Amino acid sequence: MTVKEIINKHGDKRENLLQILHDIQNQSPQNYINEEDINILSEEMKIPISDIKGTASFYTMYSFVPRGKYIIRVCESPPCHLLGAQTIFQAIETKLGIKEGETTKDGLFTLEGTSCLGICGVAPAIMINEEAYGNLDEEKIGKILDQIQKKERR
Amino acid sequence: MPKRGIAQIFISIDGKTVLSEARKIKTKLITEIDNQNLSDQIKVFETGSISSINQGVIVGVYPTGEMYRNMTEQDIEEFIEERFIKGRPYEKLLISEKLQSEMDLVDIDLRKTQYFGRIVLTNCGRINPEDIEEYIGVNGYEALGIALKEKTPEEVIKIVKDSGLQGRGGAGFPTGLKWSFAAQEKESPKYVICNADEGEPGTFKDRLIMEGDPHKILEGMAICAYAIGANIGYIYIRGEYKLSIQRLQKAIKDAEKLGLLGQNIFDTDFDFEVKIKIGAGSYICGEETALLNSMEGFRGEPRLKPPFPAKSGFLSKPTNVNNVETLANIAPIILNGAEWFKKFGTESSPGTKVYTILGHVKRPGLIEVPMGFTLREIIYNYAGGMSSGEFKMAQIGGTAGDILSIEL
Repeated sequence: MTVKEIINKHGDKRENLLQILHDIQNQSPQNYINEEDINILSEEMKIPISDIKGTASFYTMYSFVPRGKYIIRVCESPPCHLLGAQTIFQAIETKLGIKEGETTKDGLFTLEGTSCLGICGVAPAIMINEEAYGNLDEEKIGKILDQIQKKERR
Repeated sequence: MPKRGIAQIFISIDGKTVLSEARKIKTKLITEIDNQNLSDQIKVFETGSISSINQGVIVGVYPTGEMYRNMTEQDIEEFIEERFIKGRPYEKLLISEKLQSEMDLVDIDLRKTQYFGRIVLTNCGRINPEDIEEYIGVNGYEALGIALKEKTPEEVIKIVKDSGLQGRGGAGFPTGLKWSFAAQEKESPKYVICNADEGEPGTFKDRLIMEGDPHKILEGMAICAYAIGANIGYIYIRGEYKLSIQRLQKAIKDAEKLGLLGQNIFDTDFDFEVKIKIGAGSYICGEETALLNSMEGFRGEPRLKPPFPAKSGFLSKPTNVNNVETLANIAPIILNGAEWFKKFGTESSPGTKVYTILGHVKRPGLIEVPMGFTLREIIYNYAGGMSSGEFKMAQIGGTAGDILSIEL
């Protein structure tokens, strides 16, 4: 869908801005909202560009820079922290050679931290795109990432 | 009711069991039943969280009602053969009666509450949350019918006030009183908002309510809308809660199809529609005025109060914001009356409370107990005591809460 179509689907009222931003980002192969989309959005919805950016940057789920096909979100909340979220971070950083906020060169993975995912029963937990994984350790992380890499190489 | 065979297998599909490959197990169950030519007789249903302690994928067999835990794909073949061909319980994974009763809740009034003193979670794990007919089968939407046909909005508010229900989002404001503020406002349109932005680290009670019994929330919202004179409702939900969003979306669609949401509900002149607003990752948006800003498409920063949302809320119109668990209490209260509700809990705070309990306890998870239970009772009776070592401290109310030591 074009940005205009997405706006038409929701309506051009300000209160629909977040849903429109969600849709724009979700259909982007690189999981982000690009400059051009914001320009169109600003014109169509009559909201200043600075205002759109200011609003979107308040929320952790939107990005203005291209991200990987798979976004790895590591839960940073205390229940996960206590059970080893830092180890999980390190394991991913070593395996993929990226730091928090960075994307792998092949454009496959982006590593991010996130607030509580609400699956503290299986801490430490992460989400990769829409899939959640829990009860993790270094070995399991390795396997999960291997699987995705294998799938993508095919 | 949907077509059912002689026996039904319920498999618990929630955020946690999905991690243990519950969906694969469900598929395998269906294939195996097919292989044994039993597909006419045994139906497999998805349900929400069946008791939420960490026992892996839990499978219940009805009408006998026994439950199995830690089910894996490898067990299915043997399980079907033992249980349905040979007709005896599958001992290996059977949850003993003792454990089963410990997992559930004390029996307060079986006749009225069906599920061992649960009000909010009565249906969680008992019905298929994606099938509206099953919800209707357990008196679902009856309370809405009673409210619309037999009671005036004032009477509904009075019942909720008399029940003493307090907000379950954390602040504990009397719900009936809150409704009466919004009802007094003359301006229109008015809005009903369900606050499902559950972000406090360590809590996920609302998620399991939404996943297990989404229609109960819609019904509570509709009753609230009728009481305060609103026709539009919003559910503001965290973007991270994918399964909850899907289940609620389906529930809204199904309710609209049957005319339980939409126009002229129950042939009255009451119209009510529900929309979902998806959050974008912000902890503060659980605060109601920040939530309102976010819903209007702005940064989710709190507003100054007053004016309170009841006077000037969403789009500066009168708005009533309630937590998921609060709204899930409404239909049972209308159905059974304020006096019934007051039988649970304490005098000053009636009803039950849903808690999540985590950490070094034997059975972490979600429980619902009457208000006034002590932390000690919860830890030692419901969570099975400490998993190792002795009790040192507990943090209550999520990460922003207080830390209690054993002396307190």
